[in-house]
Amino acid sequence: MKTAAEQAPVKRSRAAEAPAASSEAKAHDVVLQVRDLAVDIRTHRGTVRAVNSVGFEARAGETLALLGESGCGKSMTAKALAGIMDPVCDLADGQIVLNGTDLAALSAKERLKFAGPGLGIVFQDALTALNPVYTVGTQLGEAFRIHRGLNARQARAEAIDLMKRVGIPEPESRVNSYPHQFSGGMRQRILIAMAVALNPRLLIADEPTTALDVTVQAQIMQLLRTLREEGQMAVILITHDLAVVAEEADSVAVMYAGNVVESGPVSEVFADPRHPYTKGLLESVPVHLERGAQLKSIPGSPPELHDIPAGCVYQSRCPLVQDICRAERPALRPVTSPVNDADAGTATANVPSGGPSRPARTAACHFSEEITNA
Amino acid sequence: MLIYLRKRIVSSALPLVVVIVGVFALARMTGNPASLYLPLNATQQMRDDFTARNGLDQPLLVQMADYFGGVFRLDFGQSLRTGQDAAAMALRAFPATLQLAATTMVLAVLLALVVGCWAALKPNGIADRISSFVSMAAASIPDFWLAIVGIWVFAITLGWLPTSGVSGASAWVLPIATLLLRPFGVLVQIVRGSMVSALSEPYIKLARSRGAGELRVVTHHALRNAAAPALTVAGDLTVGLVNGAVVVETIFGWPGIGKLMIDSILQRDFAVLQAAVLLTAVAIFALNILIDMGYALLDARVRPVTVKA
Repeated sequence: MKTAAEQAPVKRSRAAEAPAASSEAKAHDVVLQVRDLAVDIRTHRGTVRAVNSVGFEARAGETLALLGESGCGKSMTAKALAGIMDPVCDLADGQIVLNGTDLAALSAKERLKFAGPGLGIVFQDALTALNPVYTVGTQLGEAFRIHRGLNARQARAEAIDLMKRVGIPEPESRVNSYPHQFSGGMRQRILIAMAVALNPRLLIADEPTTALDVTVQAQIMQLLRTLREEGQMAVILITHDLAVVAEEADSVAVMYAGNVVESGPVSEVFADPRHPYTKGLLESVPVHLERGAQLKSIPGSPPELHDIPAGCVYQSRCPLVQDICRAERPALRPVTSPVNDADAGTATANVPSGGPSRPARTAACHFSEEITNA
Repeated sequence: MLIYLRKRIVSSALPLVVVIVGVFALARMTGNPASLYLPLNATQQMRDDFTARNGLDQPLLVQMADYFGGVFRLDFGQSLRTGQDAAAMALRAFPATLQLAATTMVLAVLLALVVGCWAALKPNGIADRISSFVSMAAASIPDFWLAIVGIWVFAITLGWLPTSGVSGASAWVLPIATLLLRPFGVLVQIVRGSMVSALSEPYIKLARSRGAGELRVVTHHALRNAAAPALTVAGDLTVGLVNGAVVVETIFGWPGIGKLMIDSILQRDFAVLQAAVLLTAVAIFALNILIDMGYALLDARVRPVTVKA
């Protein structure tokens, strides 16, 4: 499974290719590397940093979960990756390296070439994400018209194929329907179809199942899994649902107040959290509770973006807070994992070029070695 | 669609009857035409003869019943002034008004779309501020004042344009410019507002994520969503133009329906006034039906439900 190091030359050669050309990928190749990503929001009260030196990587055929509370910068990160930030947001710093091309360094116009063939994005609310005045066929076909120059008839045929691929019944007649004529689950399928239309290497799914009921959620996650395996896409799954992360993701990056506070393979992070925030989140999952027992939660709420403290971002809610936490912000550092000690030594944080053989385990806490699962 | 149209036409009938009754009653409150059409020294006998000849001695309800009877036979009466068929006079004047209104609205809509979209691209940007100032000014200037200033500057002082009449293309400039400003100003603000909100919708972000460029996002994705409010207001403004060209037509001596109405009020030419108002009302109902069909064309969600098999 984890032998990507041997495939490094293969990966490098592909990095030089145009984004549309590379539709196949070897499993576990690093498709996307994000380094030091920072996003500023211009507000009436001055500029605030919503995403701060965020780094992670996404691998072909694997799912990376971005996990965190509302307002922690997950969606902002996703929009920055896709190049569709709100007008009041600026990409302040960082690199977004997709198959060897740094998207952050491109002009808006050059970047449009990657929107679709390079990466696709799925939003949470499929009803507002679909244009109400055009048929789904028109919208599904648009990517083909823009990037491949197909005419209306050819684009419609591609749209029908896509609808088949994502399991929409009777695509030949439904292609002429409007978004409001579909159920929530079907709309989400259409949205996913749009995102994977041009076989992107990276699929960003921003809470794709939050607006759906539970049975449909399972179907949509199944569809995403199938498409990921078929296309060997890297998937970035944004969610606040710990169960979804545990089930679907290979690795996880936990975000808090715009920072990644812990990252690593899901099995290790969940079994042995090394940041008090991750630990708090995991403990808030109700398991084997007696009726009437108190539900656990993390007291307090995330800091306002206007007054992020100078030291550790989590200091105001952390049970382990010390003086050093208030004075000095802990960097994201590699941590050793007793769960998988043999590999732990090879893990390095915030990988330069080349990439490690497996996702690194990192945490941003002065006391990450002292946090135990006990 | 045909069923829908028929329903709309039937439901317009009652308001039209109300319009006729209202105009009929109001017109007769202006006084007896006899005092206008007969010499000042006419005898009472002559006055009574005139009144009786034109059926004005009958009780109001009887006159009205007669008139409605005529309307059903498509007989709208004759002009007191010219003796011509009243409906023919109204129909002859109407195209001049329609041409003026249509040209004005087409120009106003096109200009407002360009300026409104331009302003919406960067809310509170420099373009937005300029267009906000210009459109506010345009919407606020009274047309009668502008018409007179326009005549004074361009027709009298500079002598570039004719003061009035319909002689050649240059005669269109001042009436159109006068009529244009308000619809343009109002529409810029409507287009700008609905474009700003359309451009912030998630489907716009998603379109960008498919690689749609700025031009495509604005003209293809946002504009059609933003068009409905503009259509409503443009329809309303067109009604205002068809109706309210009265002032501008009078000032510029434009031989349209507005001028015909004013003239027939001043002359107590009841049949012509009624025919003109009725024609205008029918045109406005037709326009409203067209606007509703326009909504349906723009947005499938407001189409009359078709049963799916």
